[in-house]
Amino acid sequence: MTVVPPLTDEKRRAAQKHIETIRFETPFHPRIAALMQTNDWYDWAGYKSANTLWAEELEYFAIRAQSALFDISPMVKYRIEGPDAEAFCNRLTLRDVSKLRPGRVHYTAWCDDSGHVLDDGTLFRLADTRFRLCCQERHLPWLLDGALGFDVAVTEETEEIAGLALQGPTSCALLKAAGFDGIETMKPFDIRDFGHESGSVTVSRTGFTGDLGYELFIDTPLALSLWDRLWTAGELYGIRAIGNAALNQARIEAGLIVANIDFITTDHALRADRVRMPDETGLGWMVDLKKGHFNGRRAIEDARRNNSIRHVLVGLEIEGNVPADHAIVYHRKKREAGVITSAAWSPTAKRNLAIASLERPYGDTITEDLWVEIYALHELRYTKLMKRATIVPRPFVKLPRRTATPPADC
Amino acid sequence: MKRWDAVVIGAGHNGLVNACYLQRAGLDVLVVEKNDWIGGAAVSRELTPGFTYSNCSYVCSLFRPEIMRDLELPRYGLQVIPYEGGAVFTQDGDYLAAYHDPHAHRREIARFSARDAEAYERYARDVTRQCRFIQPLLMRTAPDPASFRPRDLSELVYLGRKFAGMSAEELQLTVRFWTMSISDFLDEYFETDVLKAYLAVSGIIGTALGPMSPGTAYVLLHHYMGEVDGAVGAWGFARGGMGSITRALADSLRASGGTIRTEAEVDHVLIRNGKAEGVVLAGGEEIRAARVISNADVKRTFLKFVDEKELPEPFVKSVRNFKIRGSSGKVNIALDSMPQFPALPEDSPCLQGDMHFTDSIERMERAYDDWKAGRWSADPMIDMVIPTTLDPTMAAPGKHFMSCFSQYCPPQVEGRDWTDADRDAFAETVISQIADYSPGFRDRIVHMEVRTPREIEAEVGLTEGNIFQGELTFDQLLFNRPVPGYAQYRSPVDGLYICGSSTHPGGGVMGAPGRNAAAEILRDASKSTRHVSPAYDVI
Amino acid sequence: MTSYDAIVIGGGHNGLVAATLLARSGRKVRLVETADTLGGAARTDEFAPGFRVSTAHILNRLHPDVIRQLDLAAHGLDTSAAPAPTTVLGDREGPVTLRSGYGDHVDGISPDEAKAWSELRALLLRQAGILKPFLTRRPPRLGKLSRADMSLLGGSALALRRLGKEDMREFLRMVLMNVADVADEHLTDDRLKGLLAFDATLGSHLGPRSPTSLLGLYYRLAGEAGGSVGGQTIPAGGMGAVINALARAAAAAGVEISTGANVTRIALEGGKAAGVTLGTGEELRAGTVVSAINPATTFLDLVGPRELDIAFVRKIGNIRMKGDAAKLHLALDTVPDFPGISDADRKGRLVIATSTDHVENAFNPAKYGEFSPEPVMEITLPSLSDPTLAPDGACVLSAVVQYAPYDLREGWETGKPKFLEAILATLEANAPGIRNTIRHSELLTPADIESRYRMPGGHWHHGELQADQMLFSRPVAGHSGYDTPVGGLYLCGAGSHPGGGISGVPGLNAARNILASER
Repeated sequence: MTVVPPLTDEKRRAAQKHIETIRFETPFHPRIAALMQTNDWYDWAGYKSANTLWAEELEYFAIRAQSALFDISPMVKYRIEGPDAEAFCNRLTLRDVSKLRPGRVHYTAWCDDSGHVLDDGTLFRLADTRFRLCCQERHLPWLLDGALGFDVAVTEETEEIAGLALQGPTSCALLKAAGFDGIETMKPFDIRDFGHESGSVTVSRTGFTGDLGYELFIDTPLALSLWDRLWTAGELYGIRAIGNAALNQARIEAGLIVANIDFITTDHALRADRVRMPDETGLGWMVDLKKGHFNGRRAIEDARRNNSIRHVLVGLEIEGNVPADHAIVYHRKKREAGVITSAAWSPTAKRNLAIASLERPYGDTITEDLWVEIYALHELRYTKLMKRATIVPRPFVKLPRRTATPPADC
Repeated sequence: MKRWDAVVIGAGHNGLVNACYLQRAGLDVLVVEKNDWIGGAAVSRELTPGFTYSNCSYVCSLFRPEIMRDLELPRYGLQVIPYEGGAVFTQDGDYLAAYHDPHAHRREIARFSARDAEAYERYARDVTRQCRFIQPLLMRTAPDPASFRPRDLSELVYLGRKFAGMSAEELQLTVRFWTMSISDFLDEYFETDVLKAYLAVSGIIGTALGPMSPGTAYVLLHHYMGEVDGAVGAWGFARGGMGSITRALADSLRASGGTIRTEAEVDHVLIRNGKAEGVVLAGGEEIRAARVISNADVKRTFLKFVDEKELPEPFVKSVRNFKIRGSSGKVNIALDSMPQFPALPEDSPCLQGDMHFTDSIERMERAYDDWKAGRWSADPMIDMVIPTTLDPTMAAPGKHFMSCFSQYCPPQVEGRDWTDADRDAFAETVISQIADYSPGFRDRIVHMEVRTPREIEAEVGLTEGNIFQGELTFDQLLFNRPVPGYAQYRSPVDGLYICGSSTHPGGGVMGAPGRNAAAEILRDASKSTRHVSPAYDVI
Repeated sequence: MTSYDAIVIGGGHNGLVAATLLARSGRKVRLVETADTLGGAARTDEFAPGFRVSTAHILNRLHPDVIRQLDLAAHGLDTSAAPAPTTVLGDREGPVTLRSGYGDHVDGISPDEAKAWSELRALLLRQAGILKPFLTRRPPRLGKLSRADMSLLGGSALALRRLGKEDMREFLRMVLMNVADVADEHLTDDRLKGLLAFDATLGSHLGPRSPTSLLGLYYRLAGEAGGSVGGQTIPAGGMGAVINALARAAAAAGVEISTGANVTRIALEGGKAAGVTLGTGEELRAGTVVSAINPATTFLDLVGPRELDIAFVRKIGNIRMKGDAAKLHLALDTVPDFPGISDADRKGRLVIATSTDHVENAFNPAKYGEFSPEPVMEITLPSLSDPTLAPDGACVLSAVVQYAPYDLREGWETGKPKFLEAILATLEANAPGIRNTIRHSELLTPADIESRYRMPGGHWHHGELQADQMLFSRPVAGHSGYDTPVGGLYLCGAGSHPGGGISGVPGLNAARNILASER
């Protein structure tokens, strides 16, 4: 051996510097940092993200009364492109992608061979042969291996595409004022491209709040100017930046689940019995047996046929007003029936809400006489509460403005 | 003449762990050690003024926390500092780092392969799943599958239940870990050779196998099933060097009333009427004891310390057939300043972790081919750490101790004994490899301790210099370790036990063999084992 | 469109066995073979004018159940051939010859060594006997053992116990060992060790020092031929004679056989097998499709990944199946002279593997995509047993040579002449003068074997026969019972349990399982 030469591959060399910032900053970071008052950051998939910016309780009302701007850039994004993109997505995911027209997006999930959920996410059909899959976990090897036999290219593009969620009753009017002409004609789950400076921004009428709202995706270099455009137009519409804590409250009201909070994804489960099938996470409605083969189909059909589905995900309303995070659910106050995965007091519905994973038959054939044991810690003393829980449908909060087209006031 | 309740041959970590547990059960224990220092291969010595070496073992992960707690080792100075990760330098001037933060680690791998970056998670999950399965087995005596004794049967039932509780997928993974080569195993997850090369190191360390040999996937697991304070798979430095483990053990032993005699080399075990009654030292001194426990490896114990005629012939044959193959060497270096590695960013955390220079599986395997041919590797695999980056107590400020573990090093050189010239030539392969990546490296060297299998055997007493006291292949694990029928720390000689790494669960500074042996000895002696904590629950 | 009860893809021996048994159950069976003749790698072809040979050249594991159930004797299989000896050509010490049943006595070694050998042989045969019942059964299903699995496992546990404590312990110790260490523990003679090393690693990407390599020897010793366990015969008429008998049995059972007809697709309806499409565009319908060809070809090419799950496709793609064995055919003017070998022994198997190290050193380059400069090989002279295979006075030499990695780094185009030279040099050293008598030579590298027999990787086991690809892991975990994720689609080839070699067992087991599950 002779002395090793310096690295000449510039791309690899430049990338070495990632270690200087272990928590990456999103493309919107300069703006969010300027607004940050609480210094309450948290780690979202390796990104420095705001948990709150000024006050959790008040941020929540920005979602429900004004327009809340939330940075979703850390969402993992994959570009799926090629003549077989539709067929590929159809084999990958549970829902029928052939029914997803270009310019539409749908919420879906995908499973491993044994029918256990790998993740849920949104699938954007940006064009006939071009899709974007947006999710929480990382799946590149799975997607690449799944692409064998399909004329399709799969590329990870998380860092290239910045994302913003603009949610709240004034969001449509705000966008209109910002020059997004025709935004009011977009129906829920519509996608439309709008010009922005030299490029374009992809807007979808989607969100994670159960409110009127949009998500905007843009090439990273144009991210800040998009923010500024919204911010400037938003002044008259009460635009506020919000953090994860407020968003989480809104998403529980909307009855939406989060991977690795409300269920454990297969690639994360160290304990083999923690994985869940779609029918066990409230996603059974996605399973489309009328379409052709999709991953996990045989296992899901077998499980349904053999009645071997062991859990069920339910929405609960719990008496009182004490949130029941991670409490144990009992039947007749005695038999363990499951666990609360998410809980919140709903300021909008004035109800104490929870999402729970129950072991069948609880939540399935036995739906009465359920109780939740809450350990409320206040000033170093636990108050043990045994509160009645009632299974209620999700979403807990259903706002007409979420689906109205055109939205009121727009 | 004093008759001890137990005499332990060898003050290595397992011997001391064993002695501590026996002493704490009320036995009067003497540990005899041939060297004028204690610690065996978990030792820190100052061979040149101002520098403390970890002369043999150099990093800590496997040592069981249950033992640390039972024997109050923190009270006697033991502290393990986890380290960041590490790096493998590539021949094109780059490196691949293993960072502690999972996202930083992903981004680092993504510099080489976007796919592999995202494949790591599933790999880590699978390895962790398997470690969770194995961990509880480390602190249990392996059952004899050929026995009908109630204890063996109930232990077999325990194992059976554990297996029965696994899903088909998990069982399959177990089979794969036990039978595959680490190279094939990693191929199923990753495409980047440099990543595979970094990970495969754990599959070959201390082992006379190459990364392409079936069985090395298990060896990797053996290196992952440790922990630092609950972080499974993490490694750390023992503050003050690896000797602080055995120092803490010795202090714990003395505090509970035990005795250690150094410069007391055992010549043979005293056996009368088929019963061990003590040991005879090299000078002829007899030490009487109700039982004898050997921390030496199974070959040294039964082929050297015991007269062959005291042992059944098939047993002797089995012991002879035990595979204990020297495959590694060590170069300990005192440096007068911190070496520079221009490939790394300044102040890279990698400098605090393990660094390698073998950037492909093929180079690693070719290094093994040299060993098979009876030569030390021309292009060796080096596992290099600089503990002083996290533990400044081991050298004066600004000075550094560097430990270079190297493979492969044969027990004999092309069939003949090692010479000093061979040893120096071996050291040169290590130094020159480092110097290729670290300009000016040679000029920083103040002192060097070079240990081939010859030195390791002569000083520490490990046959062939094998760091695990025996290969970690399936034929020598669990109920097969060290030999079938004698995998429960007992021997054919009444009152003679073994407690070293030759026994289940094997090598590494783990302490479990010493602890498990103590539990068996106490059972035979009808003493309480309440102070021997069971393995912590894996939930 | 023609309908059948079952379609069998591939007319190798396993396909023929499965087809015959299915047809005998009253099913209407069609067997489709791409080549113009049946037999796959077992067929006998002319490789030079007047010289014929089959790529598979030794019969050592055609299972008695197959012979009996298919009544192969009635269909012309001559099983009367005497067991052929194995002779290891020595470097200096002269040859060692193992006679019937894998050396129930051995010539050419010292009395001490002979004693050690017979003890080791007995031990290995006892141990192989433990594994033997597993051969003709569907492997136990991990995680969900059936009553049959329990009784099989229980039976083996009992058999183990019956061996006695020492034997049981020894088996549990040895089962995953390398063959080199086992040989060293018992033997001193390098030639015997070399033979064991060679036989254990033949057809696999392992060296004798690779842990688990002993399994290869167990696999060989679990077979039988010429009425003796571990025995071997050189069949009259070449391996093609076995194929002819199987073909006659198939025809007699009513199997419709088409040769020269390749399957391009396995058709699925509602996720289940519905038939096959032929290269001609013809579609054949059947609710049962049985593939005797390589699992990777079956799933990735014929079914296609789209109808399969991703992890399953991943597992199929991960099957290691890159062959290391090349096949040499020489048309010789005269019968070659191997000094020190009697005429009788020359009719048997001749092995060039002088020591464990010879085999291990031959293996080393294969790890890096290079061929062995000093290869190891087993040689037969089939025309001595069946003179019709060569013109009068002339001779056919057939040799399996290792190691010749499928993915030769420099490429086989330039590598092949160099490897041939290395082989011929080795042959010349062992049979001086042989090179001058070569009329024609044909060297089939794994790449050639792949294209000639459509065996991916040129691997005659259709996938490495190593511990992690055996039993319940063969061809892939979760699908080792001949059934597949696709309803109605079954596997019956060497890629399935128990593996390759002319045994007929995968075909037999598959047919039995299909009959049981479709009852």
